[in-house]
Amino acid sequence: MAMSQALPSARAPARWQDFVQLLKPRVMSLVVFTGLTGLVCAGHPINPVLAAIAILCIAVGAGASASLNMWYDADIDAKMRRTRSRPVPAGRVQGADALALGVVLSLFSVMLMGMALNWLAAGLLAFTIIFYAVVYTIWLKRWTAQNIVIGGLAGALPPVIGWAAATGTVPLNAWLLCAIIFMWTPPHFWALSLYTSEDYEKAGVPMMPLVAGAASTRRQILVYSLLFVPVCLLPAVTGLGGAPYLAVAALGGAIFILLAARLSRSHAGESREQRNDDGLYDVRAGAKDARNLFAFSILYLTLLFATLLGEHLMGVQTLELLR
Amino acid sequence: MSDPSRETDVELKARRGRNIALALGLVLFVILIFVVTIIRLGGNVTNNPS
Repeated sequence: MAMSQALPSARAPARWQDFVQLLKPRVMSLVVFTGLTGLVCAGHPINPVLAAIAILCIAVGAGASASLNMWYDADIDAKMRRTRSRPVPAGRVQGADALALGVVLSLFSVMLMGMALNWLAAGLLAFTIIFYAVVYTIWLKRWTAQNIVIGGLAGALPPVIGWAAATGTVPLNAWLLCAIIFMWTPPHFWALSLYTSEDYEKAGVPMMPLVAGAASTRRQILVYSLLFVPVCLLPAVTGLGGAPYLAVAALGGAIFILLAARLSRSHAGESREQRNDDGLYDVRAGAKDARNLFAFSILYLTLLFATLLGEHLMGVQTLELLR
Repeated sequence: MSDPSRETDVELKARRGRNIALALGLVLFVILIFVVTIIRLGGNVTNNPS
């Protein structure tokens, strides 16, 4: 494979912290949060130790796919400002070691999930890891501007895995949690790519602003936002969310659409001025609207899942407006 | 002249850290399998009608 030739040989000795960094702990914490929400929302009695093991398996599975991603993407990571200090492109960890860690942790997390919880949850976890590492990382990411739209499924599945771990089934409400994250992904990542596209350009990753242009990306962000917010309201119709959830989803959704509309009228992504430093929040003057939507999208998704989690832990009455 | 094949202090320290992390991971793995076995087995014993 051409990739392996591009990997630098290790320069500094690998510390254990470098292997932790391969697991992308920040992404892991988000996956733990959404997986836990799915597990709790299932509302099924489960041994707390087994519940903790289910969350551990989801976290380790996410870490495994991150490690496989860092192994395969070392060549493009080395070209991007945001990723060039990762352990493999920086030469602190050999690519083969990242691959080995990813494979071992994948097997560990799937087998433990199957033995401790059930094989439906284990199968979904295996599918998620393969989808992220193979379908997204190896295939979609370098091939199509729809990479994060389709690949977003991998990030959207943890609540379904959590639900399956608790009940052994995946009803409509579990898929609704998946749909919320799936529809959230395009506006979130495209808003980010509007002000980091020069990085992706250097690496040759076909992100939407590079392929379709900034104006088209801004329009597509607005379209996805208009589709995303109604999906966020659905849990209040299907017996998953209560009145607090409806209030958060509606109010936050209105702000989300407002920010997306503002972004669509802006010139974000069109300026070619250089940024001053490496910060994600340091943006060109014209891209402030993109940064605002990116930052709010994180807050909105966190609030939606935190509200659902809080409601189910406190036993708040859910709404079933359709019934 | 120093022997280039000998590990430096930094390399030794890094290796020691990796070994300790690996050992802790293996101990955690054994504990996890033990706990899962007890819970799953215990549940089945309790549910056994005989």
